[in-house]
Amino acid sequence: MREITYRQALNEALAEELERDPNVFLMGEEVAEYNGAYKVSQGLLERFGPKRIIDTPISENGFAGLGVGAAMVGLRPIIEFMTFSFSLVAFDQVVNNAPNMFTMSGGQFNIPITFRGPNGPAHQLGATHSHATECLYANAPGLKVCTPATPRDAKGLLKTAVRDDNPVLVLEAELLYSSKGMVEPPDEELLIPLGQAEVKREGSDVSIVCYAQTVPMAVAAAQQLEEQDISAEVVDLRSIKPLDEKLIFESVAKTHRVVIVEQDRPYCGVGAEVCYRIQKNIFDELDAPVLRVSQEDVPMPYNERLEKAVLPNADKLISAVKKVCYA
Amino acid sequence: MLALMLLIRRFEERASQQYQAQKIGGFCHLYIGQEAVVVGAVAAIRPDDYIITAYRDHGHALARGTSANACMAELFGKETGCSRGLGGSMHFFDKANHMYGGHAIVGAHIPLAAGMAFASRYRGEDRVTLCFFGDGAINQGSFHEALNLIALYKLPVILICENNLFAMGTSVKRSTSLKQIVDRAEGYDIPGDIIDGMNFREVRDKLTEIASSIRKDPHPAFVEIRTYRYRGHSMSDPASYRTKEELEKYRLDDPIIRMRAQLTREGKLTNEQFDRIDKQAKETALASVEFAEKSPDPPLEKLYDYTYKTGNP
Repeated sequence: MREITYRQALNEALAEELERDPNVFLMGEEVAEYNGAYKVSQGLLERFGPKRIIDTPISENGFAGLGVGAAMVGLRPIIEFMTFSFSLVAFDQVVNNAPNMFTMSGGQFNIPITFRGPNGPAHQLGATHSHATECLYANAPGLKVCTPATPRDAKGLLKTAVRDDNPVLVLEAELLYSSKGMVEPPDEELLIPLGQAEVKREGSDVSIVCYAQTVPMAVAAAQQLEEQDISAEVVDLRSIKPLDEKLIFESVAKTHRVVIVEQDRPYCGVGAEVCYRIQKNIFDELDAPVLRVSQEDVPMPYNERLEKAVLPNADKLISAVKKVCYA
Repeated sequence: MLALMLLIRRFEERASQQYQAQKIGGFCHLYIGQEAVVVGAVAAIRPDDYIITAYRDHGHALARGTSANACMAELFGKETGCSRGLGGSMHFFDKANHMYGGHAIVGAHIPLAAGMAFASRYRGEDRVTLCFFGDGAINQGSFHEALNLIALYKLPVILICENNLFAMGTSVKRSTSLKQIVDRAEGYDIPGDIIDGMNFREVRDKLTEIASSIRKDPHPAFVEIRTYRYRGHSMSDPASYRTKEELEKYRLDDPIIRMRAQLTREGKLTNEQFDRIDKQAKETALASVEFAEKSPDPPLEKLYDYTYKTGNP
């Protein structure tokens, strides 16, 4: 194991999959000559050439659709959105064409495509550039959605996504590109299956269910809670769809208390789905109502103080944990 | 080719009848009047070339070689349909015959055509992609984005605008800020041409020429094929936005009548031969209804089998 950044981990995943399979290509705005808006594709043009690392005009709907068409005839496109906020311009391709094709064609055309890019609110980018899109996309049958929070998960999930025969969205955490973590050496194949959550920290009093940018937040909150004699278990969903119910239920059966912390907005959110499944399946295990910490239900304000008030944070999470622990 | 045009005509007439008898659900858009476009186009290309179209797609599948049985069964929503009864009228697919759908969001399949042609270039194949769309599609963003990408990457696509003069009930005059649709191509530096869509030979010959030039050196081309649909936009549209006179004028220019007259003039077709071909088309269409009637529904227990390729997670 060695320590690398989240950005490097994604770069390695791309390079390894491009190397392995000639049908894989990377396409998006600024991915080639500019080396990626967030430098995730650094050096790939030089290594793989302009045939496989392709700059596009600002036409998300057009190049997302081009990817779907190429996938229909057997290529394995990786389509980068400069941010998933811009994927909304391509919503029809991502939601209507990519996941519906397999059903509509009676199983004749599967779409092995990866849509990837930064997702979730960053810092003071205002309402149009701060979308967390996971619940929008998880709502569409036929799509798979994953949300890596560590360099290791980023590499392993992206590689798995590229090899999947279905459309997969890899929602990268915009604020975590420079974060570091331990990852297996490059000569060791790292594939993390979709639909497997991971306990990022063990605990016995309460389960904190989190994903993406809320994972480091949950780990930090758990450390603070430890000092107050509350032992929190941190469950990182890693993939939103498919969802690892089993691990969530196992954790809750141990702690009997749950707080879900999500980077998305609350209405019809990921937390609502997780909460529903917990109460439906293991109601008797619960010693307290399930709480959620989400964004406030408003378009993201630019003002720093207001933005902070909208976003989930460790303090809000700790306060929710104390509520379910009646502490 | 006359046989194919007649098969499409007779198939659509049966589909219309079965729709009225409520055997076919959802929306149903008939191709009657436009037969020479797709039959001419398919005659111009190789069996392994890609074709993709919009929701008025019955003719395209039949022309590509999908059986009338599989087409009618799809309209009936049966498991023996070309999309196993999961797609319906607007979503015909036939991978074996390189028919890539059947796409019902106007203009949304034009980027897909770009991707299919991109794949041909990527692999160094000399395949041509035929992308059909209606006159209504040319005002969609996806059309413009795709045309720019297709031109920019020099993709081997023939963009075929089947101009039947109406986007549902809105005439081209009321929807498009151009004197003629083909001028759209100029904005993307794509060579354009106008073709008489009621004339099978003109469609075939011009597209053959274009396809062969694309095979030598990959590039896009745009053709506006002028045609006419006799029926409403869909089965639920009485088409009251058109005059009887206009309809009559086009009926006299019917692509099948024209082809018949031409072949007769050249001594290649007798009345008896025509009647025999037409009878065969009618029988095939009727048999497809029987086939569809008798076919089973897709099994309920397979409901989740076609959401993800490797099984539902």
